Amino acid sequence: MSIKVRIPTPLQKLTEGKAEVEVEAKDVRGLIEDLDKNFPGIKDRLCDDKGRIRRFINIYVNEEDVRFLQQDSTPLIDGDEVSIIPAIAGG
Amino acid sequence: MGLREDQIERYSRQIILPNIGGKGQEKLLNGKVLIIGAGGLGSPCALYLASAGVGRIGIVDSDAVEINNLQRQIIHSTANVNKPKAESAKERINAINPDVEVIPYKLRITSKNILDVIKDYDIIVDGSDNFPTRYLVNDACVLSKKPLSHGGIFRYDGQAMTIMPGQSACYRCLFPEPPPPGLAPSCQEAGILGAVAGVIGTIQANEVLKYILNMGNLLAGKLLVFNALDSSFRQVKVPRDPKCPVCGEKPTVTKLIDYEEFCQLRKKE
Repeated sequence: MSIKVRIPTPLQKLTEGKAEVEVEAKDVRGLIEDLDKNFPGIKDRLCDDKGRIRRFINIYVNEEDVRFLQQDSTPLIDGDEVSIIPAIAGG
Repeated sequence: MGLREDQIERYSRQIILPNIGGKGQEKLLNGKVLIIGAGGLGSPCALYLASAGVGRIGIVDSDAVEINNLQRQIIHSTANVNKPKAESAKERINAINPDVEVIPYKLRITSKNILDVIKDYDIIVDGSDNFPTRYLVNDACVLSKKPLSHGGIFRYDGQAMTIMPGQSACYRCLFPEPPPPGLAPSCQEAGILGAVAGVIGTIQANEVLKYILNMGNLLAGKLLVFNALDSSFRQVKVPRDPKCPVCGEKPTVTKLIDYEEFCQLRKKE
């Protein structure tokens, strides 16, 4: 299954500058693992040392924040679009 | 109060809009908006609100204009380098539109002064440039039930959301905790394209105008995400978090805290 993931500017250093990548995953946890396999280090940026998604980074499946779905167990289906959106403070 | 001849002429292109009219213009002239930060976001926001005839605009900024601000902070000018930003912004707004009363606040907004500063305004615009101020402004607006237009920018990315306390998600519902220092570089460290600030600051002005005019749909419960490189705008849903420490069912933040400490910029004593 192919899932499109939008990578925010601050994490693009890890994805060779790519703003959009494709992963194979059945749920959000699998997506993070697959991302980290292709782009080592990205999991550390997304998750804390207990493996939980950091509280200043949101992961959206289509338009929904996975914190309000089933967290990292949120299932993914072919064609889903995932966006990673971090807090940004510049002004 | 009725509009003067010169006001009817000045605002004619928006008075003729179906949802505005003379009544809407009077609402704008009676509107009171506080802009926190006369920087990349605050500049375009203040300019559009001033041009539209918002009657009172408060500008909070403790800094002076620097030459490296001018690439994006379009309310300031070369001649005003070293001048306090709040004064520089006032000067420019007065030059655009004498209908606007500008209240400059040359101070750093803190837990001690914010409630007093925001209390006389209808809506607050967050154009600050750091996490402690953003959480402070959010909490103060939620506790005071003041609508808040949030905007943030980073390199080629921008975000905006409107917070209607008690009705829609607040900034803490969106991001419960700030990133630790070091993980979140500032514009000074990371860079910013001026036009990105222009896009997001203008969205914030648009939100304020809609709020005052009571028209359209606000970005409440929705985060607008802009990317300059692919010119994309997307919206994601931001539900209220029942566990939100400031606006949830059992709030634990019932008065303002030490935000430097909350953002780990200062260790707990």
